[in-house]
Amino acid sequence: MNTLLTKARGGLMMGVAASALVLSGVVAHAETIRWARVGDALTLDPHSQNEGPTHTLNHHIYETLVGRDDDGELTPRLATEWGISEDDENVWVFTIREGVMFHDGSEMTVDDVVFSINRARTTPSGMAALHAAVEEVTAVDDTTVHVRMSGPAPLYVQNLTNTFIMSQAWAEENGVEVAPDFAAGEEAHSVRNTNGTGPYRLVERDPEVRTVLQVFEDHWDDAPEVTEIIYTPISEAATRVAALLSGEGDIVQDVPVQDIARLEQTEGISVVRGPENRNIFFSYDMTSESLASSDAEGNPFASPEVREAMSLAVDRNAIRQVVMRGESQPSAAPLPPFVNGWTEEMHAFDDPDLERARELMAEAGYGDGFTVQLDCPNDRSLNDESICQSLVGMMAQIGINVDLNAQTRSLHFPLIENWETDFYLLGWGVPTFDSQYVFDFLVHTREGSYGSFNGSRYSNPELDAKIEALATMTDLEERDALIAEIWDEVMEERIFLNIHNQVLAYAMRDGINLDVHPENQPHMATVTFD
Amino acid sequence: MIAFILRRIVQSVIVMLTVAIVAFALFRFVGDPVASMVGQETTLAERAEIRQALGLNDPFPVQFFNFVTRAVQGDFGVSYRLQQPVMELILSRLPATLELALVSGVLAFFFGVGFGVYTALRRGNWLSGSIMTISLIGVSLPTFLIGVLLIWVFAVELQWLPSFGRGDTVYIGDWWRTGLLTESGRASLILPAITLGLYQMTLIMRLVRAEMLEVLRTDYIKFARARGLSNRAVNFGHALKNTLVPVITITGLQMGSIIAFSIITETVFQWPGVGALFIRSVQFVDVPVMAAYLMLIALVFVVINLIVDLLYYAVDPRLRVDRSSARG
Repeated sequence: MNTLLTKARGGLMMGVAASALVLSGVVAHAETIRWARVGDALTLDPHSQNEGPTHTLNHHIYETLVGRDDDGELTPRLATEWGISEDDENVWVFTIREGVMFHDGSEMTVDDVVFSINRARTTPSGMAALHAAVEEVTAVDDTTVHVRMSGPAPLYVQNLTNTFIMSQAWAEENGVEVAPDFAAGEEAHSVRNTNGTGPYRLVERDPEVRTVLQVFEDHWDDAPEVTEIIYTPISEAATRVAALLSGEGDIVQDVPVQDIARLEQTEGISVVRGPENRNIFFSYDMTSESLASSDAEGNPFASPEVREAMSLAVDRNAIRQVVMRGESQPSAAPLPPFVNGWTEEMHAFDDPDLERARELMAEAGYGDGFTVQLDCPNDRSLNDESICQSLVGMMAQIGINVDLNAQTRSLHFPLIENWETDFYLLGWGVPTFDSQYVFDFLVHTREGSYGSFNGSRYSNPELDAKIEALATMTDLEERDALIAEIWDEVMEERIFLNIHNQVLAYAMRDGINLDVHPENQPHMATVTFD
Repeated sequence: MIAFILRRIVQSVIVMLTVAIVAFALFRFVGDPVASMVGQETTLAERAEIRQALGLNDPFPVQFFNFVTRAVQGDFGVSYRLQQPVMELILSRLPATLELALVSGVLAFFFGVGFGVYTALRRGNWLSGSIMTISLIGVSLPTFLIGVLLIWVFAVELQWLPSFGRGDTVYIGDWWRTGLLTESGRASLILPAITLGLYQMTLIMRLVRAEMLEVLRTDYIKFARARGLSNRAVNFGHALKNTLVPVITITGLQMGSIIAFSIITETVFQWPGVGALFIRSVQFVDVPVMAAYLMLIALVFVVINLIVDLLYYAVDPRLRVDRSSARG
């Protein structure tokens, strides 16, 4: 990472910083990308962790059957074709690409695909929940794999965009036939060693310091323009930005919102933006008899008038302007815009109407207001604590006296899990790009694998039945109609008080072209140079 | 002497056990590690299973006893976050922290003593005045701010030095990775070392200055001058030597703080040491790493205290006399 710097001291670029930087970026470093973001991949094991930065790095080394492009659409990767079997609606058929090589020189076969999906769905793999409906994976011939589901699963392929294919022989040789166990007493070989089919192979891995990848010559696809990637996590925002400004980095992810405008005005640096698959909302306990943290008679959140009053008191545009410095998409829809089921109608919201809100509070019998505690994470989403702080002011205007409890995420999330919070902020992404995911985890009554993040305690058996039906509906038109029906009910009940969708920004030196990926998984093989 | 050391070692073990108990009691308030270990799709039942498998549901005494029995065998478990054995993880990060601490400690000591002596001898001249003023800034600005300021001036504006990281490193032996032997490694060390050592340097400087002013007023210095000894012999041979006992105490104890509180400097400069490892582990509730780190820091303080006690013997003959006469 310091080769450029050595040159700088050698006098190549002294003094004429900005313009010389651009020059050397294009001429001397056309092929190496120095990439910085806030945190490192937790592990290089392809199935151990279902976590964003881990997947992002692994996507360079390993490949999935299907990929997701910058528009959120599925693209062929190791599978060239996929679809539900014509003979049996419970079976997914994948045609596997031929002539794909692993980094160790062996050829990928259908057996490797079968092995990988089985490894991914076996605990302690972090990916198991995405494959819970899989019953059996079989190789039918040299290019076809069948995945038998426990019932019709029309959207299963959407769950495969982060399930990587690894070599069975390599896994067996190194004793990593199953994903590493948290409770196991030793480090698995696959944590710091890899053997994938991806466009880059691992050259150096120093966790949390630096990871070097080099282009894999025998990759099946067109050779990427970037031939070497030096990946460095820099946790401190000011240092991360400084690394870009000083010419020690080429692409910086996780740009703090307060720096975006300044970086855009800096010569030699450009910023790209795009919507992220992540929306920020508030929710509340709308079912309990009374609230633990409130002085109110009964449960004010159980009253539809109070929930409506709260939504009328929220000024989403003010939060965008003041807290997010213009870097967010205010929306009333509790899901990101590219997710199946999103509508313009759900997204629209009115300007705050405090008079009407106060009337509604009085109608509900809370004209004198009430107190309640708001639980908020302070290190999970962009400016989460500040969003909560501004909500405190807005709620005060209609007499709701909010006591803010902002804390680290490891203390915040158990509150939702254990139903110990009356009122909370949550950020949510939809990796399957389908509304069912939101319903399963946030709307369905908490039971079994459903409703684990349903902190509102909302429970509606009729709605539950509809949500469960979604999973096996194969007529997609009918299914979309049912999704719209469920959303109508959810919006009507105001289970969520949505604030905005997050916007992603990547900063890079001029001359580098990289688009924002909705799942925040930029791929360096897609980078082009001017 | 041996009895003295043995007594100190027994005390040290008690200190370490106390630290372990306090640390373990605190971990209950850091939050739930499982929340950061699994994806959002994981069911509540699976979360409960992981918690059970990790022993997080065991009563406090059981968890503590398990930890201590394994720790005395050198086994601190596997990091929840990085899935590597904790001992290996800490040992691989320790050289970075020790090199940074050592370099900034040495810088702080030499510049601190040098400036301290100078400002004591040349009171009232403009250079002393400016050194004193600058040192005031050094103690009053937070480390974080100093680090960011240095990065801004020397990395972004002047582009003389790297803004983050440790540069290229080479191995000495099997596991000690040093940045001292490469050019980029040394360049990377400068800004963090200044950031980390500035406060210590100011402290030492002010201490030396105050002690020197005190000593220079004493009779034996006047007699030394009356004997016609050179300024050099008086100032350094007699005055400075007699100010060093408190200075060594402070420097020694500060050495522990430098290692323990390098957390902020390491975070600002993305320095791959144990401090940065610790802070990330706290965010992730990586209990095995936090426990091992706190034990390590306790060990560092205990060892440094022991060394400082032994150094007193070497520097101050009165302590030796007292002890032998007390025994005799």
